[in-house]
Amino acid sequence: MTRRVIGDYGGVMAEQIRKTTAQTEPSATQTGAEIDASTKSGQRIKAELDDLLDEIDEVLETNAEDFVNNYVQKGGQ
Amino acid sequence: MSILKVCGIETEYGIVTRGFDVSPVTSSSMLINAYAGSMRQKIGWDFLDEHPSVDARGAVTDASYPPEIETHLVNAVLTNGARYYVDHAHPEVSTPECLTPRDVVLYDRAAEEIIRQSMITVNRLLPDGQEISTFKNNSDGKGNSYGCHENYLIARELSFGRLASHITTHFVTRQIFCGAGKVGSENGAPEVAFQISQRADFFEEEVGLETTVKRPIVNTRDEPHCDPQKYRRLHVIVGDANMSEVATFLKVGTTSLVLALIEDDQFPDWLVLRHPVAQIQSVSHDISMTTTCELQDGRKMTALEIQEQLLGHCQEYVQHYGDPTSGDAKDILREWESVLVCLKNSPENAADRVDWIAKRRILEGFAVRHGVSPLSAQMRAIDLQYHDMRLEKCLALRVGLRTIVNIDDVERAVTHPPVDTRAYFRGTCLARWPQNIIAANWDSIVIDTGDEILRRIPMMEPLKGTRAIVGDLLASIATVEELLLRLGSTDAPGWDPLMMPEPGW
Repeated sequence: MTRRVIGDYGGVMAEQIRKTTAQTEPSATQTGAEIDASTKSGQRIKAELDDLLDEIDEVLETNAEDFVNNYVQKGGQ
Repeated sequence: MSILKVCGIETEYGIVTRGFDVSPVTSSSMLINAYAGSMRQKIGWDFLDEHPSVDARGAVTDASYPPEIETHLVNAVLTNGARYYVDHAHPEVSTPECLTPRDVVLYDRAAEEIIRQSMITVNRLLPDGQEISTFKNNSDGKGNSYGCHENYLIARELSFGRLASHITTHFVTRQIFCGAGKVGSENGAPEVAFQISQRADFFEEEVGLETTVKRPIVNTRDEPHCDPQKYRRLHVIVGDANMSEVATFLKVGTTSLVLALIEDDQFPDWLVLRHPVAQIQSVSHDISMTTTCELQDGRKMTALEIQEQLLGHCQEYVQHYGDPTSGDAKDILREWESVLVCLKNSPENAADRVDWIAKRRILEGFAVRHGVSPLSAQMRAIDLQYHDMRLEKCLALRVGLRTIVNIDDVERAVTHPPVDTRAYFRGTCLARWPQNIIAANWDSIVIDTGDEILRRIPMMEPLKGTRAIVGDLLASIATVEELLLRLGSTDAPGWDPLMMPEPGW
């Protein structure tokens, strides 16, 4: 995982860990249906699910119950 | 053609503290002050022209009451033209005015980075064991909701009644591609394990002024923040905050096109829903997307079929009337068609762009792997962590969502305004003369030259004050005194470069 520092804050841009799916920019002449048929994102996504679940197991809050119970937001629009 | 669809998004973020207990107003203020302090950016907001209680329907007889304005709370205007403030009990970022939906995505992403930088900065100031964290979602799962509001510039002469009934069709059905997904239901809605939208359970009226109780699908707040003779600002409170850039692009892009369709009277009159309040919930509660919605003429269509109709009309509209989104229409129509085809044939493949499908995929996978029940704390934690703004905790960053804006552009948008709206003038002045600008809001800035009199510069035209119009002028001067002089009058009653639209626009 590469991290880059921006500005003076030590802020880390989210893109550095964002796992983008490899994408081919659709050509201007393709219709939406053709783009959809050509990206085959579904198969790739399925193959990645196991790895993804491993990662979720790692980053998920250890005490899910407390985490969820403490999340109370009052007074929103 | 309709007027250009200037647009923007305001997002209230969820906020929690760990290791210490303060009110959300205090933690939100700490968050924003930490950022503003590190930016040396403490320009206040000017409330003179705020009128949130004005109703687009004119006089109303029901028990509508105006939203509260909390002038004492932290309020900052940023050099990218955005507003960063405490709204009710949440930190909120309003993007600057944008000319294109793609720019809205860019500035919404910049807002996320501003929130992240704020968290990092404030948490460094806090003692060990104490932390403030934020979430880009719209519900706490316990019956409390907070908004992600869109704003679109529309022509004043458009009949508000017609606008409301037509745009409702889109608001009820667009959630199939811009819903952010939610575990469970709230606000007395029938129990479901998972639903398409974060917000749908909270809408109880078709049309109204409120934003915090009895929320209406179409909000009538009539506060254009620009010339009220010419414009309305449609304040849209019905949407979810999206983690997916494509979903934000589709949400703002398709809504801009449908609004243009309505403005030019090309919306199909028959495509009006009979029971929109019940239907926004039934669409959200059916992840199979087979529920039908009854139209006023008795016909029944699924949300997907209705969206296909709207897409077809917008495709024709753009061909005959031109592009109201200043260059994005082709991409919007292509993404729109693509996502509808995908939702129809193989919805699971939309997990690379539709938040509710991406979220559901990991929930299902996790439930199978660990044998947990659909409404368990783990499922709710995953739902919440999908929207977690902490990099190390955020699940949306890990599920393979396709991105459409580039990271260098996002980094620049954190501090630089869009060049093609009045946000350019606001942001550039703030960056150039922070010591002289004592307040700013959407349609004016207030300048202190050291005299006894403060000068207000009105900016009533969203498409004035652009780099093309004021770029040379700003580059040619060094001080605010020169700026005021160049405007023709130090009272600046009708400054042409900011007030008047371009000929023929």
